[in-house]
Amino acid sequence: MAEINRRQLLAIGAGVSALAVLPSCSPSQSEQKPDEKKVEVFSWWSGPGEQEGLDALTANFKKNNPGVEFVNAAVAGGSGTQARSVLAARLQGNQPPDSYQLHAGLEAADDIKANRLEDITYLYEANGWKSKFPSGLIEKLSIGGKIYAVPVNIHRSNLMWFVPGKLQEWGITPAKTWAEVLTQATALAAKGVKALSVGAPWTQLHLLENVLLGELGTAKYNGLWDGKTDWKGADVVKALDTFKSLLAVSVVGTDDWQPTLDKVLGGQAAYHVMGDWAAGYLQGAKALKYKTGYDVTASPGTAGVYNFLADSFTLPKGAPHKVYAEAWLKECASVEGQDLFNPLKGSVPARLDADKSKYKDYLASALQDWQNQSTVVVGSLVHGVVANNAFKSEIEKAYGIFVQDKDSAKFAAAVSKAYTDTSK
Amino acid sequence: MRGIRKWGPGLLLVSPSLVALGLFVYFFIGWNAKVSLTESRGYVIDDRFVGLQQYKRLFADETFHNDVRNLAIFTVVFICGSLLFGLALALLMDKGVRGENALRSIYLFPMAISFIATGIVWRWLLNSDTGAGTTGLNDVLGLAGIHSDWHNAQSKWAVAAIALPAGWALSGYVMALFLAGLRGVPEELREAARVDGASETKVYWHVVRPLLLPVLMSALVILAHISLKTFDLIWAIAPLDPRTETPALLMYREAFRGGFYGRGAAIATILFFGISLLAVPYIWYTMRKERGR
Repeated sequence: MAEINRRQLLAIGAGVSALAVLPSCSPSQSEQKPDEKKVEVFSWWSGPGEQEGLDALTANFKKNNPGVEFVNAAVAGGSGTQARSVLAARLQGNQPPDSYQLHAGLEAADDIKANRLEDITYLYEANGWKSKFPSGLIEKLSIGGKIYAVPVNIHRSNLMWFVPGKLQEWGITPAKTWAEVLTQATALAAKGVKALSVGAPWTQLHLLENVLLGELGTAKYNGLWDGKTDWKGADVVKALDTFKSLLAVSVVGTDDWQPTLDKVLGGQAAYHVMGDWAAGYLQGAKALKYKTGYDVTASPGTAGVYNFLADSFTLPKGAPHKVYAEAWLKECASVEGQDLFNPLKGSVPARLDADKSKYKDYLASALQDWQNQSTVVVGSLVHGVVANNAFKSEIEKAYGIFVQDKDSAKFAAAVSKAYTDTSK
Repeated sequence: MRGIRKWGPGLLLVSPSLVALGLFVYFFIGWNAKVSLTESRGYVIDDRFVGLQQYKRLFADETFHNDVRNLAIFTVVFICGSLLFGLALALLMDKGVRGENALRSIYLFPMAISFIATGIVWRWLLNSDTGAGTTGLNDVLGLAGIHSDWHNAQSKWAVAAIALPAGWALSGYVMALFLAGLRGVPEELREAARVDGASETKVYWHVVRPLLLPVLMSALVILAHISLKTFDLIWAIAPLDPRTETPALLMYREAFRGGFYGRGAAIATILFFGISLLAVPYIWYTMRKERGR
């Protein structure tokens, strides 16, 4: 009896070891399942506003594609940091979703280099989308002449938020240039108020990109990201010096943008430079009225410029349900879809023919700017449009040293070197 | 044949975990070391061997220097803090207090909270805002008319502030270790010393202290390796902030944000050797001691 038991134990032991080894040998090929009526969409939209927007978009997708099962593979976490890690693992394991979210622009560069994304220029041509989006946007979306993503919404980065009543009280009007901000800072200091409120490092970089844009102008700003503007040039270093002076007259915190913006509402600082998602926060959580409770203007030196970032969807290579993935991309690009999604998310539609009546308050003026033919579109650094992940990460690293030693020339040299190293 | 009958069954029984451990721990440590010797970037696996290039560049990298400096401050404050606090608690407990069981649990509880939750609470406690935004510790300090901002983003010592919550979380555990050590000192030895006329301080110094040395060693090794690994706590309090960044965070940043897998792997390997440097002599020492028994 005892003998048998021991044998059984041995068998179990051997069996379990075999099991442990097995999965590592199984082939990891992605499977095409064209017959299955299903689409799996991967995004990081799970927060307030975005979740509702995505739900509205999917509801419309289901209406237009009856019988297709929609699998929402959302991974929570602001600006997709967590989602990107999960996605990287899935792509490396050849298990791509049918479509995944990306910031439009060079954030896709790594995925394209690794041959993970389909060129979807054919969808643009078949549906005539090229004339439906601003040409500046199409240009920023294209990588090597090919388009890999469909933009759903447009956010604006170069905005400066303030409380009109407070500015009146301090006797100033919204600054038009950064030099003016610095002049105002002296007057404000006498009243115990700082000029700007900045928070965690990424909000500082957000300010930095808009200072560079305001000080250098659009042409030179664009050149920073494609090697045409020399980072080590005197004008760039001067703009960096301006940024340094601005930090010196700011309340520098460690928080994310919401508490940082609260300091402007509380009267500790006059301005906060942040993207237009702030409007949703001010109007929703803070219940403030546009123009009276809060107001916004283009950040100094950037009137008539739209420093954009956009969420977009892609078609990965080897998507299991390609037909429905294409249907999803069509939904994302449609006027109907964009007009359902954007008012809820608090952004403007990328399409030029969207229905203006659906956008109120801040969004109404943003849409007007976006659809204005004379508006110049440039791309945001912090939000993944103009730099690939490697270059962006190197800039973040160099910035870490810059805030400590405050050496503009050294920072410029480091970024310049990073550009050469990462564009190889 | 007889030999196999003797050790074979035992080996087969432990083999599942051996295989799993070999695959998921040791194999990947090796894989990581291999990646650290290449130029791997993005999703494209690059097998070109570049030797110790990654390490050379890392040792010349100013950000890495900054992070190592931060880690050194963090480690010193964290280890000293939790050892002193833990020892003090243990000595007080050892003297005998009412409701010792309840107190012991209370001091141990912080360790049961995940570092992420600890980090979120302490981020608020350590907030250095002034005026209406004053919260947490500064509210308490405010009662005495002081405002501390040494833990804010501008301070070179911000990372020491982050060691506070780490110490807070682990000092209960250190207390438990020391308390077990103190209880392990035979009462007869103390009695004998007292009979010989030693004062209470002398009893602790000459009798209890030498017997606590092994406990101190294990506490030191455990705390040191936690310190080198700490990631979640710092990430929850101040993500991507150069003032508080340590090599563990830099590794994550390089590999998963920038896609510099080779560089990330090199940092991971350095951390691995750093931890081994502490753990291996300790394990060797304890194993020799046990064999000697």
